[in-house]
Amino acid sequence: MGQLLQITDLETHFYSSGKTTKALDGVSFEIEEGETFGLVGESGCGKSVTALSILRLIPDPPGKIVGGKILFKGRDLLEATEREIRSMRGKEISMIFQEPMTSLNPVFRIGQQVADVIRLHQGTGERASMQKAVEMLAKVHIPDAEDVARRFPHQLSGGMRQRVMIAMELSCRPSLLIADEPTTALDVTIQAQILELVREMRDELQTSILLITHDLGVVAELCDQVAVMYAGSIVERATVDKIFAGPKHPYTQGLWGAIPPVDEEKSVLSVIPGSVPDLSELPQGCKFHPRCSFRFDPCTRTRPPLIEGSPGHFVSCWLYTNHSTSGITREYGSYPAAGTSDANRTQLKG
Amino acid sequence: MTRYIARRIVMLLPVLFGVSLISFALLHMVPGDPVTLLAGDQADQAFIQNLKKEYGLDKPLHVQYYQFISHVIRCDFGTSIRSHQPVAKLLRERFVFTAQLAFLSIIIAAFIGLIAGVISATRRYSIFDNLSMVGSLFGISMPIFWLALLLMLVFSVSLGWFPAGGKGTLKHLVLPAIALGASSSAVIARMTRASMLEVIRQDYIRTARANGFREIIVISKHALKNAMIPVITVFGLEFGYMLGGAVLTETVFSLPGLGRLMVDGIFQRDYPVVQGAMLLVATTFVVVNLITDIAYSFVDPRIRYE
Amino acid sequence: MNKTSVVKTGQKREVWRRLKRNRAAVTGGVILLVFLVVSLLGPLIAPYPANEGDLTKRLEAPSRAHLLGTDALGRDLLSRVICGARISLEIQIAAVMIALIIGTIIGMIGGYYGGAIDHTIMRVMDILLAFPGIFLAIAIVAVLGTGLTNLIFAAGIYSIPQFARVVRGSVITLKEREFVEAARVAGETDTNILARYILPNSMAPLIVQTTLRMATVLLTASGLSFLGLGVQPPAPEWGAMLSNSRDYLVTAPHAAIVPGFAIMLVVMGFNLFGDGLRDSLDPRLRD
Repeated sequence: MGQLLQITDLETHFYSSGKTTKALDGVSFEIEEGETFGLVGESGCGKSVTALSILRLIPDPPGKIVGGKILFKGRDLLEATEREIRSMRGKEISMIFQEPMTSLNPVFRIGQQVADVIRLHQGTGERASMQKAVEMLAKVHIPDAEDVARRFPHQLSGGMRQRVMIAMELSCRPSLLIADEPTTALDVTIQAQILELVREMRDELQTSILLITHDLGVVAELCDQVAVMYAGSIVERATVDKIFAGPKHPYTQGLWGAIPPVDEEKSVLSVIPGSVPDLSELPQGCKFHPRCSFRFDPCTRTRPPLIEGSPGHFVSCWLYTNHSTSGITREYGSYPAAGTSDANRTQLKG
Repeated sequence: MTRYIARRIVMLLPVLFGVSLISFALLHMVPGDPVTLLAGDQADQAFIQNLKKEYGLDKPLHVQYYQFISHVIRCDFGTSIRSHQPVAKLLRERFVFTAQLAFLSIIIAAFIGLIAGVISATRRYSIFDNLSMVGSLFGISMPIFWLALLLMLVFSVSLGWFPAGGKGTLKHLVLPAIALGASSSAVIARMTRASMLEVIRQDYIRTARANGFREIIVISKHALKNAMIPVITVFGLEFGYMLGGAVLTETVFSLPGLGRLMVDGIFQRDYPVVQGAMLLVATTFVVVNLITDIAYSFVDPRIRYE
Repeated sequence: MNKTSVVKTGQKREVWRRLKRNRAAVTGGVILLVFLVVSLLGPLIAPYPANEGDLTKRLEAPSRAHLLGTDALGRDLLSRVICGARISLEIQIAAVMIALIIGTIIGMIGGYYGGAIDHTIMRVMDILLAFPGIFLAIAIVAVLGTGLTNLIFAAGIYSIPQFARVVRGSVITLKEREFVEAARVAGETDTNILARYILPNSMAPLIVQTTLRMATVLLTASGLSFLGLGVQPPAPEWGAMLSNSRDYLVTAPHAAIVPGFAIMLVVMGFNLFGDGLRDSLDPRLRD
C-alpha cells in the first residue's frame, strides 16, 4: 500500500480590500492507498479550502495557492498544467459537496448529467454513456434508475440527489474521493443511509477517501486516520483509535469534551472559551494559545511544529515537544520558526 | 404545464376586458358629445343619423359596449373620420410595417445584448466589461428620439448613407432599427450580465468545474441555459414594446407605424382610429407577453414539470 | 416601544458609508446635485431670458456670446436649457409623488389583505401594464388633453404599477415576520401596523424605485413633449426643444445635440445614483 496523496506545507491565501486571510497556513498530511482519512474542525478552519486546493479550484481572484507541494501518485499537482489538472478532475480525483440540493444543474436531466461526465473522461458514445450512467444510478441503490435518469433534479429529494452525486463522482473510478461534509445538509436518517452507501462503494471500488466533516460520529464510523484542523493548520493527526482513546492537543480535547457522553449525565456541556481567531490577524505563537488553559511561555512566542508525540500520533503543541526553538527537525525537513523569512517555499509554476 | 398555461390565459381575460373597456370608453371620456366628435365637420343630418345607428349612440352604454365588441370581433373598427377609410385597413397596413421593423430591431438587440452581456459577465472587471457597462448605461439613459435624431444627423444628413425617412426599401429600416435595437440591447445586456453573474456563482457550476469540464464548456453549456431563463422575459417585453411603443422613433423617421397612427389620430381627433390603435396595441402586447410566459415555462424544467 | 424600525442607527451609518465609497453613486449624486441647483436657481443664473429671442441671431453656432448657440427663434440655448431644468424637475417630482403615494397605498392594501382584494388590484395594474411603455402615457393624454398638468398626471399614472408592485412585494414578505405577528396579537389596528411597522421596513426598495423612476418619468415626459403632446410652446422643455430643432438639423445641429444631451445626463445621474443606492442597501455585503 503506497502513498496516494502527500501534502506538504500547503499555503492558500485570500486577498480582499487590503487584508490577507491565511486560510491554509502550512498544512501537511498524507493519505495511503485504500485509506479513509478524516479531516475535522470547526467551520472556517480551512477544511474545505484544503479540498478545493487539491483540485486547484480556488477562485483566483480572490484566492491563491502561495506555497507547498501536493504529490498525487508522485506528481506535484501544483506544478501540473491546467489541462493536466482538468483531466484528473472527476476522473482520478473526484469531489462531493455539501449541498446536494444545489449541486446539480437544474435544467438538465439526471441521467444526462452523469452520462456527460462519463463521456468526458471515457470518450464513450452517447448511448453507451447513458447506459453506464443508468447502471451507476442503480449501483447507488436509486430505485427505478431508468425512470429517475429522465427526471430533473428538482423532482428528487435531498438524499436522492446526494446519491446521484455519489454515482456521478464514482462513475469514473477515481483513486481519491474527496467528500466535503456529504451528510451535513441531510436529515439524520438519510445521513446514515448515505454513509452506508459511501462505505459500500469504498469497499467495492477500493477508493481512498478524504472525508471532511465536523461530525465526530461520522469520523468514528468511517475513518482510518484523522487530522484535526484549527485556524488553517493541522494541530493533531493519528489513527482513529489512538485519537479517540487519548487526544493530545488541548483543542482536540476540548472538541471531544463537548460531546455529551451516552453513559453519564452531564448538566453543562463543556465549551471551549473564546472564539476562532481572525485569519487575517493571527496571534503570534500557537494559534490556539489565547483559548488554551494549558498555555505557558513558549506558546505565546513561537508556533509549535507538528511532532510525533507518541508512535503514529502527531501533535502540534509545546506540551509534547522540546521547548527549544532551534534546530528542531521533523519528518518534513526543518520547520521555520515563526516570524523568520527563511522558509522553503515551493513556487507555483505554470 | 398545461395548468400553468391555462392559468395564464385565464388571468389574461380580465385584462383584455379592461383594455377593451378603456378603448370603448375613450369616446365618452373625452369632453364633448360623442356624436359631434364622430361626425367631425360633417353637418349632414342623414350622415349623423347613420352614425347614431351604427354606433348605437342613442342606446344605453352597455348596449353600445356590446355593439363595439361585436364589431371588433368581426374586425370592424369603424371608419376613420379623416380619411374615410376603414380603420381596420389602416391598422393592418401599419401593423405589418411595425412588425417588420420590430423583428429587425429585436434581432439587432439580441445579437449585441446577449454577446455583450455574456462576455461582460465572464470577463468581469476587464476593459470590455467596463466599456460595455458604460455603454449600456448610455443606452438606457439616452432618450431614444435623441438617439434617432443623432443617427439621422450622422448617417443620413452628413454621410448620406441612408434615407432620412419614409418607407419602401430595407434601407429605410436600417437607421430606425439601429435606434430601437441599440436602446433595447442596453437593457438586454444588463439583464444578461446580471443573470450570468448570478448563475456562475451557483454550486452546480462548481460541480461542473470539479468534474473537469473546460471553462468554455462550463460557460456555454452549463451556465448559459440557466442564465437565459430570466432574459426571455426581458426579450418579450422589449419586443412588445417595439410593436407599440416605438412611437418616438417612428416620428423622427416619419415611418408609417402603429404608434404614429395613434398620435396622428389624437391630433386629428380621429377617435375611431385612436380606439382601434389602442385596442390593437394593447392586445398585441398582452399576447406577446403570454407567448413569452409560455416559452419561459418550456425552458425552465422546474415549471414544465411541477 | 419607541423603535419600530428594524433598521438600527448603526445600519444607516453603514449604508451611508458604503454609498460614499460607491463610485457610481457619487458620480450620479454629483450630477443630481448640479441638476438640483440649476433647477432651483434657474432664471437667476441664465444669461438671457429663456423665452425672448433676437430674430437677427437665429440658429447661431456656439460662440462667446451664446455658449450653446441659439435656436430657430434666436433664443439663447444655454438659458433655455437652464430654465428647462426646473420644468423637468417639477414634472418629475410631481409625477413620482402621485405614483409613490397611490402606488404605495394600493400595494400595501393588496399585499396585506391578499385574497380577492389583491387579485382585483393586480388585475387593474395588469390593465395599466397592457399598454407598452410610452403608449400608456399617450393614451392618457388622448383622454385628458395636452398641457403640463395632464402630462404630470399621465406620467404619474403610468408609474403607479411599478410602485405598487415593489411595495406589495415588501409587504407580503414582511407580514409573515414575528414582530408583525406580535403587534397583531397585541391588538394593534391594521392601519397602525401598516404605518408603523411595515412601511418603515419597506423603505429600501422603495427609495431605489423612486430614484430610478425619476429617470423614466423624465424620458417619458420629454418624449411626450417631443411629440407635441406634453408641455406646450414656448416653454423651454427639453423634449419640446428637440422637436423644434428637427427642421433645422442640417443647418444647426447644435440645437439638436444640446437638449438631448441634457436629458441624457440627468437620466444617467438618476440611474447611477439609483444603482449605487441599490448596491449600498443590499444586505449581502459585496467583496
